[in-house]
Amino acid sequence: MLFPFPPTSAPPPRVVITGAGIVTALGLGWKPNAEGFRLGRPAFRPVSLFDVSRQRVKTAAEVDLPDALPPTGLSRRQLARLDRAGKMLLLAANEAWQQAGWKPVNDVPLVLGTTAGGMSLGEDYFRQAVQSPGRHRRQPTRAIHYQPQVQARMVLDALGFNGPITIISNACASGSNAIGHAWNLVRCGQAECALAGGYDALSLLVFAGFDALQALSPTICRPFDARRDGLALGEGAALVALETLEHAQRRNAPILGELIGYGTTIDRHHLTQPQPEGNAALTAMNLACDAARLGPKDVDYINAHGTGTVLNDSSEASAISRWAGPRAATLPVSSTKASIGHLLGAAGAVEAVICLMALREQWLPAQAAFETPDPACNFPIVRQPRDAQVKVALSNSFGFGGVNATLILRRWI
Amino acid sequence: MSRIFVAGLGAVSPAGWNVAALRAALDRGEPLPVQPLERPGGDKSLRTRLVPAPATRPGFLAHPRLRRTSPITHYTAAAALDAVAGLRALRAEKIRLGLVVCQQAGCVHYSCRFFDEVLKDPATASPLLFPETVYAAPASHVAALLEDVTLANTLVGDPASFLQGAALGIRWLEENTVDACLIIGVEETNWILADALWHLDRPAVITGGAGAICLSLDPALSIGVALETITDVHSYRASTSRTQAAQAMRKQLPASSTVELLCDGLSDSPRTDAAERAAWLDWTGPRLSPKRVLGEGLMAAAAWQCVAACDLVSAGRFPAANISLVGSNQQAIGARFRWSRPGISDLSPVTRAGNITP
Repeated sequence: MLFPFPPTSAPPPRVVITGAGIVTALGLGWKPNAEGFRLGRPAFRPVSLFDVSRQRVKTAAEVDLPDALPPTGLSRRQLARLDRAGKMLLLAANEAWQQAGWKPVNDVPLVLGTTAGGMSLGEDYFRQAVQSPGRHRRQPTRAIHYQPQVQARMVLDALGFNGPITIISNACASGSNAIGHAWNLVRCGQAECALAGGYDALSLLVFAGFDALQALSPTICRPFDARRDGLALGEGAALVALETLEHAQRRNAPILGELIGYGTTIDRHHLTQPQPEGNAALTAMNLACDAARLGPKDVDYINAHGTGTVLNDSSEASAISRWAGPRAATLPVSSTKASIGHLLGAAGAVEAVICLMALREQWLPAQAAFETPDPACNFPIVRQPRDAQVKVALSNSFGFGGVNATLILRRWI
Repeated sequence: MSRIFVAGLGAVSPAGWNVAALRAALDRGEPLPVQPLERPGGDKSLRTRLVPAPATRPGFLAHPRLRRTSPITHYTAAAALDAVAGLRALRAEKIRLGLVVCQQAGCVHYSCRFFDEVLKDPATASPLLFPETVYAAPASHVAALLEDVTLANTLVGDPASFLQGAALGIRWLEENTVDACLIIGVEETNWILADALWHLDRPAVITGGAGAICLSLDPALSIGVALETITDVHSYRASTSRTQAAQAMRKQLPASSTVELLCDGLSDSPRTDAAERAAWLDWTGPRLSPKRVLGEGLMAAAAWQCVAACDLVSAGRFPAANISLVGSNQQAIGARFRWSRPGISDLSPVTRAGNITP
């Protein structure tokens, strides 16, 4: 039953990550992404997916999809209906599932964050409806598969499991919220394991939207740089397999890391602008720390939301500085959006997996394109690839509309 | 285990801008008038049931955050204010309010307008429209309007997701992160949504609006209704049909009763209704099908089912109401609300609403 909830045993179980899947413009899967993020390699190129000749900005971080998807339980017909976003979702889900070594079972919640779902199908629907109103071919399929819950159902069919699907759409915090929500489901005893993450593909509507807002950088995306002038867009997906420590140990599963804290708040200041002092972001970080029972001195790395816009980065810098206090001066921070752009609904999930990489492989993700420190940022930006002892990593995600989310992950030894 | 009480209801529908209008329309039981909907190209006629203009301009539209918003935010705001009115009257001190906004189609007005501008010339597409295309926009605006919202989420899914939203709100209540939680199902409609529905469910008449229920742990805030059960989520898969999922959901709700209400999602659309109709074949008791009167409101329709059922239970017309949400493409979920007044153990006599069958 969704309600009443099952009786809970105190304290809540520890929740570990036993599988992670990632798709970004740096590559498909853990290895190429870990190599790219370690070096801070930028992955931007001219947009080829749609016409940008009339846009201010003409670059983004596009994913190179494989010619064929890995074999799964999807029929040829189902595969043919996957759009770009659905393919990235499936690739990331499959990698996480295989790495976790889970078998097809019932009652594995799938919690996904997305802002656009199958937007490209929606765009195709609109174009055909307006330009050829008498032509109905493929319109019903587009109307169905445009919806994110239908894309999520494909994951269930592909991997052969069953369970409730939850789609969270809190704009750019969606991926973090999805992982945080799944963490809560496991901690409160509603599930022993859950698959969670986020996905979003580049689309004309969203690209044109950010361009119209003049939020895209006409130069290069430089989060926290004094000369920053906007964000860059990217696309991708990331999912993590979460389970109770007991469940993982019972089946001798290799553990990649532990999710120890989650905090979420809402900033009511403005639809698209954060409150300048980052009050809600600070609260999200504090809530996550309370859940994790640790403080700034225990955190070894922050993967910032760091979009590269003037307003976001100054607000986040204020929040990090206030939260960290004296620790800020030595606390390494970077924004991996400088490498792969802003993945919107996928951002928080991808960045959680990047934190997992840093914890597993003991390095700090370098930030591409950082030249002139902003005096408002009193923390060191990771500018060069370097090995480091990373025991705890914190990831921030802040969305249009004001939902903020923070995740805290711990190294598993 | 905590008890969850309904602390308020709100509704905007083709019947009007409050729960009383919804109640009156459902009591009459007559399908509301259908209006034609203009479609670019005009090769086929589309139909809708429009939400009427409010009798007076709602005061909340003067809020700076709501000036440029589309109907989906107006509906969300009106339903939210309706649902928290009683709570605010009873509680003088500041409360921590949670907000879960559930949508299936989302912000279609500005999405279509903006994309149309992009196709014509992206260089001149309006930056004012784009932020309003985001699913999270209504929740953001309403959080600013209500001021005491401390936690908000937007869920997207088929209409059964409304009860997932309720479960999320209950989780927040039980974790003591909020004192009350608003669950809102909302949709706005336009020609493209009507066009899509024409492809998928031809007899259906698309409509928009919102329904809101406010949940609380505090019995003193109750309108006389407690949420007793939300069933498991019965997801559709290649190996689990919509009919099978609906039947599994039905099994988790009580046996047929002559005094309890079943509030279902039937809409006189034979193909769409088949799974739900089959699941409830055994039900011989009173039954209410709001979509037959109001139209296909997607997530708003799911919310209206809950609002209408709670309203009838609160009024003492039924001791309990079962909700059947057999979603279009994701899942089937059910729920049961029952009459609950502190210090009063039972409800009698039962008075039925006018159009409720059999």
